[in-house]
Amino acid sequence: MIRRDLNGMTLLAFDWIFLIEKLVLIAVIITASLVIAMYETYAERKVAAWMQDRRGPNRAGPFGLLQPLADGGKLFFKEEIIPNSANKWLFILGPSLAMLTAMMTCAVVPWGSSLHLFGRVIDLQVADINIGILYVFGVVSMGVYGIMIGGWASNNKFSLLAALRGASQVISYELAMGISLIALLMMTGSLSMKTIVEQQIANPHWWNIIYQPLGFLIFFTCAMAECNRAPFDLPEAESELNMGYHQEYSSMKLGFYLFAEYINMFISSAIMATLYFGGYDIPFVNEASLAPNTAAILGVLSLLTKIFIFIFVFMWIRWTLPRFRYDQLMDLGWKKLIPLALANMLITAVVILLKNH
Amino acid sequence: MSLMNILLNATEGNNAANYFPIGVQLIFAIGFIATMMIATHLLGPKRKTADKLENFASGIPTHGNARQPIAIKYFLVAILFVLFDVEVIFFYPYAVNFRALGWDGFWKVLMFVGFFVVGFTYIIKKGALTWED
Repeated sequence: MIRRDLNGMTLLAFDWIFLIEKLVLIAVIITASLVIAMYETYAERKVAAWMQDRRGPNRAGPFGLLQPLADGGKLFFKEEIIPNSANKWLFILGPSLAMLTAMMTCAVVPWGSSLHLFGRVIDLQVADINIGILYVFGVVSMGVYGIMIGGWASNNKFSLLAALRGASQVISYELAMGISLIALLMMTGSLSMKTIVEQQIANPHWWNIIYQPLGFLIFFTCAMAECNRAPFDLPEAESELNMGYHQEYSSMKLGFYLFAEYINMFISSAIMATLYFGGYDIPFVNEASLAPNTAAILGVLSLLTKIFIFIFVFMWIRWTLPRFRYDQLMDLGWKKLIPLALANMLITAVVILLKNH
Repeated sequence: MSLMNILLNATEGNNAANYFPIGVQLIFAIGFIATMMIATHLLGPKRKTADKLENFASGIPTHGNARQPIAIKYFLVAILFVLFDVEVIFFYPYAVNFRALGWDGFWKVLMFVGFFVVGFTYIIKKGALTWED
């Protein structure tokens, strides 16, 4: 590694390469998550069709594979309408914030170990910060503003109701999510996502799901609620609130809300795979025995496989369960998940202390 | 040059400079969103009429202005969230230093959880978390 005592020219060259490296990584990750989000919409329709014994989209291209492109293009070229009674700037800010938070969470997810290219070691993670999970929580909490601002700015009672419900749902489930994660952090002793993955790869240690099954179930339920996925899709509730908080939206602003939901689903799957299912760990394979680059690429593929399985489970649940009623939803969040998560935390603490002392 | 120092620090140790790539990503994301918003604004047709610019509200006549008082229960949820979330945040430093603190730390946190549960029971008994009438 080049240090400060070298001459200025070397420093300059080194720094810019680091910046370019990060820029390329960010561009690749964001493009990948956008493309995956696009094909999630396709997958969702295919999975729904499969579960309901239909065919799903099959006209645009082979197997309907070009359908997401057609949908995206259509959203792009539609007329954008801002109602006269709406607050114009907040109306634009809502979907932008929703999209921004969706695009920011992926910064701390470790997508793989590291690539060795051109004599440099490139970490497949945008930023390895020591408060990784707290950062995710912070950004995810910002997501509630996207819903709230959008629903309020529309100046429409359906949108406003949906936004209020959505906001109270998201913040309620954040509590149980935070507590369920504490049990995991007691085991890892670190908030850095990279460290958590490396601990799971280390040999005598299994994936965290083995030690934290209840914590994972609570986390999974809350993740579903945070993404506003069915059965927790109250902010959208087609049957009562007619598309909810994005009822007044058209064109790409509507597209941003829908996209943000699918990106969030992708990222939360990535976070669950990272925290509980070993991240980029390849099951039953000792990564140290492979060449570093092969191991890194296989690790990324392994993580993506885990993510796709999670996304499928998300869709499976959506097309199986009916939507909760508002009071059932709040009861589940406050009166069942929070006490359960607290109990899980205390039990974990006692078991670890009994084993160690 | 301060930018150079930040860039240099970002490759070593764990410090504030580690957040530099996140700043880059933020600029990237804002740029992307702004470009998309402007592009879609320029690309779409613009044929506005008075009827079109009224609130859509699923095609039914609108029920007046939506700027009106909102049910108190939503505010209550928000306030309770703030209260309990602050308590949850206190668990994080404990969880990270959990092994070092041992049984001694556990009893102290158990007391804190006790306070948490007392508050929680209180709001449930008061009916703050009752939504059916």
